[in-house]
Amino acid sequence: MKLLLKIWRQKDGSSKGKLVDYPIDGIEGDMSFLEMLDVLNQELIEKGDEPVVFDHDCREGICGSCSLMINGEPHGPDRLITTCQLHMRRFNDGDTIVIEPFRATAFPIIRDLMVDRTAFDRIQQAGGYISVNTSGNTVDANAIPIEKAKADESFEAASCIGCGACVAACKNASAMLFTSAKVSQFALLPQGKVEATDRVQNMVRQMDLEGFGNCTNTGACEVECPKGISLENIARMNREYLMATAKG
Amino acid sequence: MGILDSKVPSGPLAEKWTKHKNDINLVNPANKRNIDVIIVGTGLAGASAAATMAELGYNVKTFCYQDSPRRAHSIAAQGGINAAKNYQGDGDSPYRLFYDTIKGGDYRSREANVYRLAEESVNIIDQCVAQGVPFAREYGGLLDNRSFGGVLVSRTFYAKGQTGQQLLLGAYAAMNRQINRGKIKSYTRHEMLDVVLVDGKARGIIARDLVSGEIERHSAHAVVIASGGYGNVFYLSTNAMGSNVTAAWRVHKRGAFFANPCFTQIHPTCIPVSGDHQSKLTLMSESLRNDGRIWVPAKAEDAQAIREGKLKPTKIAEEDRDYFLERRYPAFGNLVPRDVASRAAKERCDAGFGVNKTGEAVYLDFAAAIQRYGSEKALTSGIKNPDSETITKLGEEVIAAKYGNLFQMYEKIVDQNPYKTPMMIYPAVHYTMGGVWVDYNLQTTIPGLYCAGEANFSDHGANRLGASALMQGLADGYFVLPYTIGDYLSDDIRTGPISTDHEAFEQAETEIREHLQRLLNAKGKHPVDYYHKKLGKIMWNKCGMSRNAKELKEAIEEIAALRKDFYENVKIPGGLNEMNPELEKAGRVADFLELGELFAKDALQRNESCGGHFREEYQTPEGEALRDDKNFKYVSAWEYKGEPKDAVLHKEELVFENVELKTRSYK
Repeated sequence: MKLLLKIWRQKDGSSKGKLVDYPIDGIEGDMSFLEMLDVLNQELIEKGDEPVVFDHDCREGICGSCSLMINGEPHGPDRLITTCQLHMRRFNDGDTIVIEPFRATAFPIIRDLMVDRTAFDRIQQAGGYISVNTSGNTVDANAIPIEKAKADESFEAASCIGCGACVAACKNASAMLFTSAKVSQFALLPQGKVEATDRVQNMVRQMDLEGFGNCTNTGACEVECPKGISLENIARMNREYLMATAKG
Repeated sequence: MGILDSKVPSGPLAEKWTKHKNDINLVNPANKRNIDVIIVGTGLAGASAAATMAELGYNVKTFCYQDSPRRAHSIAAQGGINAAKNYQGDGDSPYRLFYDTIKGGDYRSREANVYRLAEESVNIIDQCVAQGVPFAREYGGLLDNRSFGGVLVSRTFYAKGQTGQQLLLGAYAAMNRQINRGKIKSYTRHEMLDVVLVDGKARGIIARDLVSGEIERHSAHAVVIASGGYGNVFYLSTNAMGSNVTAAWRVHKRGAFFANPCFTQIHPTCIPVSGDHQSKLTLMSESLRNDGRIWVPAKAEDAQAIREGKLKPTKIAEEDRDYFLERRYPAFGNLVPRDVASRAAKERCDAGFGVNKTGEAVYLDFAAAIQRYGSEKALTSGIKNPDSETITKLGEEVIAAKYGNLFQMYEKIVDQNPYKTPMMIYPAVHYTMGGVWVDYNLQTTIPGLYCAGEANFSDHGANRLGASALMQGLADGYFVLPYTIGDYLSDDIRTGPISTDHEAFEQAETEIREHLQRLLNAKGKHPVDYYHKKLGKIMWNKCGMSRNAKELKEAIEEIAALRKDFYENVKIPGGLNEMNPELEKAGRVADFLELGELFAKDALQRNESCGGHFREEYQTPEGEALRDDKNFKYVSAWEYKGEPKDAVLHKEELVFENVELKTRSYK
């Protein structure tokens, strides 16, 4: 396969960036998208150029490191997968592919396609946990029976990988889907109820402080989420937040 | 026994840990505030250790190369975590878990460590549930279990095929709570490049900020290495791209002994290699062997027709299939331990029965399970006389609920629907049982330097059982290290802050700068990956699933030559004082190039077959591993002396007081 890549290159956060053309040949359908970029980088290094910088690690869709806007879509054209799971058989010989970083005020660019998503960590630090000590002196695990449907729903919310596609997909760069997934995981479990009021307020406050935009219910986040995190989580977080505010 | 004192407490096996906890020194809460601890790596072991130690009152600094602690590779663990809860009432107990683990490890691990692990396993589940980890549950609201290889009970707790993710997010959440309290300072996109010894004690590290390129000094009263395994020495493995041995190897070069480097786990069920471009391999969880049946065509001509694309597996009649694990090991069938399953698959493929274009794959087939579950579901749903289409549909739904994410992963990579046609799988490097040598307290041979999780060697002997890695990581981090490290730190209550101006820091920093500059100065012909791939080929072909003296000797020569070439001809663009991913990779590959040679040397000295270490010269007439307890019932712990070829072997004799050494049989 022969392709034309248009890739965003930017030295660092304070430099101006631009799209640069890279024609590439010999790409096979069985390659993953990131393996295609590996091929490009090997060629660049051999020529003495600087390779394209992008975040990646597990390459099996679970660590949440990889990102990329591929032809304007976070994680590319397929649904329910991350960029590292996208394979080149999805493209045709002669295609032009535009590759850009996830863009949001709260995700400043570090270099090329790599962005800073530590805002997500700070939202979690504000309250994304249950305050139990980890010393092991707790009740027996089966002393807390949990309805299977609720446990499954909590798991679904907890399966968020923190990649930031929801933010990149949103025209307002809102982090509501991400934040609400974590709030929901705990809101659905009896263990999480104790601190529910503080948790939702603190996490939402931090989310706002980080400069994420508001939610206007367009639902683009849900469509692009590689893990299929549902919009229902946002509704649940809104209810939790209202209840918490009413309580004061 | 000389330098290698395992410090296993005296007394009966089941009482050792409790007695030890009662005997060791503690640090009072007010003094903990004056003590700093550095933890390198934020996977299950590192994150859990950080959270607990910060909670106890120590000032903790964590370091990870990822942009967030949550992305450490523990996140990718799929199948589950063992615990001797006996919730299923099937006869489980800490002793049985201990026994299974010792036997599964082919009698090459330390009894006392393994018993402690089994004992603490029950606490892990309680702890994780209290933290809000959403484990799979039954309809009655209680926790569900599944079975894993090498055992006859159901003791594995799980969260779909994402157990590692949920456990790591639990530990990460516990870390976040301490970050929010200011008790943990988390350094992300940082890589540890050296440990600093002051008066023989570990007192800090040299790290590189991967964004600015700056070399930094960090001091502490103790240092914990929890940086994971070294499977990427094979280039292709199920590890993450960034997983590396650097932290573990650098402490080895500063005096920590490295134990059993040749004990590597080749996992039987991974997606086969598709071509030269491949950058990593993807695991299909062992839990799939609960329901999937492994087979190859019984006739060589069928296998050939499949390889040529002329025959489909679904067209092969039942009697023309060879379910080779069920045939060879009727007692455990498809659930034999990983080393046994991997070798059996390799044996069939080497004999010409492999499938896939490459001939290096076997089938993992769910058709029978789909029919079984479908019929059961139809019955419980009150559907009378269901047609076969309904049964298949219902069965596929059950399979999807259990393994949906794994099936989706497979389909994306291979472009085949595993509900309709059997999966193709082949063994791949997955886990390393070897690692930094530690005593019962998880302390290395350097005072004040500890090692936890996959990075140490301690609990899995020559082969790890499924769902035991998560158990070990969390047991070490939540329940072992926070106690044992206190015994050491109780001597440090009056030490005060450690200055990073000490000449030891100065010297370590200078050496690291020189090392990195040497790599940059080579300005040769080949990118780092060129060398990494070459190393991986040598490792896989000569130090892989089966090994022999001749090829191991060749590997030692070849790796040494490759290392020389690397330093002369590697090509790294960019500079030291900026973000430079190629320089990061080069540093890691430089360490793999040393470790690889020690690995081969270790495999060469171990003239026996045990667990994942299969020496062709030592096997039974049926092709099973032949252990030599008389001569090799020891841990090989290597001391660094310059080049890997000069490494000095120390032996820790393993003492078995509670189990009888037997030939492992899964027949």
